[in-house]
Amino acid sequence: MDTNIETHARLEKLEGIGCSRKRREDPRFIQGKGNYVDDIKLPGMLSGVMVRSPYAHAKIVSIDTSKAKAHPGVHAVLTAEDLKPLKLHWMPTLAGDVQAVLADGRVSFQNQEVAFVVADDRYTAADAADLVEVEYEELPAVVDPFKALAPDAPVIRPDLDGKNVGAHGARKHHNHIFNWQIGDKDKTDRAFANAEVTVKQDMLYPRVHPCPLETCGSVANYDAIRGDLTVWITSQAPHVVRTVVGLLSSIPESKIRIISPDIGGGFGNKVGVYPGYVCAIVASIVLGRPVKWIESRSENLTTTAFARDYWMTGELAADKNGKIRALRVNVTADHGAFDACADPTKWPAGMFHVCTGSYDIANAHVSVDGVYTNKFPGGVAYRCSFRVTEAVYLIERMIDVLAQRLDIDKAEIRRRNFIQAEQFPYLSPLGLEFDSGNYAPALERVLEAVDYKALRAEQAALRADPNAPTLMGIGITTFTEIVGAGPSKNCDILGIGMFDSCEIRVHPDGSAIARMGSISQGQGHQTTYAQIIASEAGIAASQIAVEEGDTSTAPYGLGTYGSRSTPVAGAATARAARKIREKARKIAAHLLEVAPDDLEFDLDQFKVKGDPARGKTMKEIAWAAYNNVPEGMEMGLEAVDYYDPPNFTFPFGAYVCVLDITKKTGETKVRRFYALDDCGTRINPMIIEGQIHGGLTEGFAVAMGQELPYDEQGNVLGGTLMDYFLPTSQETPHWETDFTVTPSPHHPIGAKGVAESPHVGSIPCFSSAMVDAFAHLGTTHFNMPYNSFRVWQHAKSLGLTA
Amino acid sequence: MAKTVVSFTLNGSPVDVLVEPRELLIHTLREKLATTGPHIGCDTSHCGACTVDLDGLSVKACTVLTVQCDGAEMLTIEGFAKAGALHPLQEGFSQEHGLQCGFCTPGMITRAYRLLQENPSPTEADIRFWMAGNLCRCTGYQNIVKSIQYAAAKMRGETVATSHPVLAE
Ligand code: FES
Ligand code: FES
Repeated sequence: MDTNIETHARLEKLEGIGCSRKRREDPRFIQGKGNYVDDIKLPGMLSGVMVRSPYAHAKIVSIDTSKAKAHPGVHAVLTAEDLKPLKLHWMPTLAGDVQAVLADGRVSFQNQEVAFVVADDRYTAADAADLVEVEYEELPAVVDPFKALAPDAPVIRPDLDGKNVGAHGARKHHNHIFNWQIGDKDKTDRAFANAEVTVKQDMLYPRVHPCPLETCGSVANYDAIRGDLTVWITSQAPHVVRTVVGLLSSIPESKIRIISPDIGGGFGNKVGVYPGYVCAIVASIVLGRPVKWIESRSENLTTTAFARDYWMTGELAADKNGKIRALRVNVTADHGAFDACADPTKWPAGMFHVCTGSYDIANAHVSVDGVYTNKFPGGVAYRCSFRVTEAVYLIERMIDVLAQRLDIDKAEIRRRNFIQAEQFPYLSPLGLEFDSGNYAPALERVLEAVDYKALRAEQAALRADPNAPTLMGIGITTFTEIVGAGPSKNCDILGIGMFDSCEIRVHPDGSAIARMGSISQGQGHQTTYAQIIASEAGIAASQIAVEEGDTSTAPYGLGTYGSRSTPVAGAATARAARKIREKARKIAAHLLEVAPDDLEFDLDQFKVKGDPARGKTMKEIAWAAYNNVPEGMEMGLEAVDYYDPPNFTFPFGAYVCVLDITKKTGETKVRRFYALDDCGTRINPMIIEGQIHGGLTEGFAVAMGQELPYDEQGNVLGGTLMDYFLPTSQETPHWETDFTVTPSPHHPIGAKGVAESPHVGSIPCFSSAMVDAFAHLGTTHFNMPYNSFRVWQHAKSLGLTA
Repeated sequence: MAKTVVSFTLNGSPVDVLVEPRELLIHTLREKLATTGPHIGCDTSHCGACTVDLDGLSVKACTVLTVQCDGAEMLTIEGFAKAGALHPLQEGFSQEHGLQCGFCTPGMITRAYRLLQENPSPTEADIRFWMAGNLCRCTGYQNIVKSIQYAAAKMRGETVATSHPVLAE
């Protein structure tokens, strides 16, 4: 009893893995003392504003900056002509293409960057931006990726004229970027030819935007005397930015310091390097003063990194009993005017090949074509690993389509196709090795929690009543994600392997500082990484300072996106902490005059086996590390770990959604959403729950309203919060969460990563429920977003609105 | 453009500031008065990240001219903690995990403060209605509702505890 209380007290003090530790970040945020990029104010700092193109496609006949330059308070107006001598008018993208920093004789999407005005303050800069006179000669625009591939389609990228081979192989048309295929085409085609049943469905994953509440921005400060460049930047990958800036500017990386301070949400939006950052840097170098560039919300929504815009056709071949034999997928991917996708170099469609999902499918083939259009560049992962949302959407939709075709219940068809627990590690037909999973019990648990049978009975009764004013839809998803990029043999960005890192220093008093190559944008790294170290090295989390985001202090890392922090930097943290523990063991053995193997680690101390009264606490050991170490051992207690994961991790989940739809209006209410997630070992349940709520809410936003449509002239419709749907507290449903724990066998602490699963998993669940509401009338699919108007249109087409 | 001196009370202290007539309050606060708690999240008055309390009303500081504030009484997030003690709302947001990236948080807390001034015992529906002018991209609002309920209970003198005990699992 006493020992239990004592252990409990020690665990509570330690706040290790599994604790709902309150966040270390909170005190500054709740008191308005966060330090976001726009909060930074340096002496002599100037403000930069972009002049942007009103046209989607045009030649630039002339740019006259004289009036703007003459405006009081203006310090510089940069155009491509000014950047040319520095060779900075174009920059490399993460996808092996180039992007114009400032338009070089032509614009190829609306709001493209044309000139950069630097003035005393943002008001003066905005005034002067209006004085820049640009004469355009409009060209026909193309915003549809299929039309872009027509033989006579306008040439979007004359700079690529004659380049028949791009970064990812042959280009078959002037607006074609790449074709990427994976899987065994012949075997798959044969399986289709011999199948008892086949189904085929077209679907669009519309162009959306991650829209974090803080837009992108940077403050560049070039110190001409020291030759040092410091940039505060909204970046999810500050080290990668340093390397890119080094490549672009020829300043050695040792003289570049990139700082990601507090970041107001990222969700994929803040992975890339944008023209505004580059212009702020150039302006600072040219003017010798700090220059701030902060984009507005509409600039954010229309220029910095969209997600999706995937036009997919899925096909399944199956037996009559619903057992899937083969999957075939063709995708036309709209990448906009420059290919600026953030994908590992080798895989231009990211990890789309996780599209066989949670199901044991013997044959599969995927073909993806990337296409240029007169739309803004991007193709980032919006709260998901590279193209995983698209992949999961496809397979989850397709299995529903098959279920409807065969009149098999949507839960039952999943049971018949699951990869079984004993099949892990499971090699998918598209070459991925799923680390662990236990899908069937997760689904059964969710079905029981929502009383699935009763729901189906209620739905049947409602369908039988022609006068019922509402429809009821029940959606199911049983998804598998792939996160934690990644093994450097498969994943690199600009040639740098996608490892991550952690460095820990234990101070003489037993407190510690830890630094990582990742960067939090709200995920609470300062809280959770300390918990990993607490459990692994026995130092109370409250005694550990966690620092990220400053390239001059943190070890090199590839940053935070694709749920890679826990799987990669978290693993590096656990391993560095274990190195600390093993050195501590030797010091303790020396102090206690026993062999290291005679000691056992007990939460926060080493005890002599069989003589637990004798021991040394980590605090005592830390002190000794600086004055009394075994002969031949280096002083100090520090460790570094660079972790190159052997594989990805594969979190999974089972979700059920119940929708009530008013036939006459198309209004949709989420009656219930039950989400069970399995992210392996759970580090901080409170933070996990928060991440899941956030991911589900973003999934709800995408499914129910988000879209960045274009008109025929290439005008982006929906570039402000007036049109672009961000759910408020009013619309957002109440979420029910649950979990199972299936640790990753290859991760040091068994954790898999969680923040993106709820986004990836919920979107097809909403679609599943929406389509299910109309399934008895023959609907197998209709495209998101399901705003009332669209749902009403669909209901009307089925004669339900009368 | 000719500038005007505007005087108001900011978090209990008098301030005088020289502004152009067109200057927005959010810019004056953030750039001239070192009050960077309120943030800018949009250009269409939708996000509420810039919310301040102005003469007893929640106001989006991006939608007010500073010259309109002459003589006003203004409260921003910086004015909540008194002598090192957190306001119950600040405590509630931390205990109930009502924030992640923290960008919406100053606006959220300031708006919730006004709600609790007007209605000390709001229902969940009341809270969701009152907070609908403040967007959050991270939390999905569920824990924000709980944070406000926590603060309301504490302000009513009830005993409160986090719904996330440290050692639950
Ligand atoms: S900045 Fe968005 S409402 Fe004020
Ligand atoms: S906590 Fe990030 S926007 Fe609300």
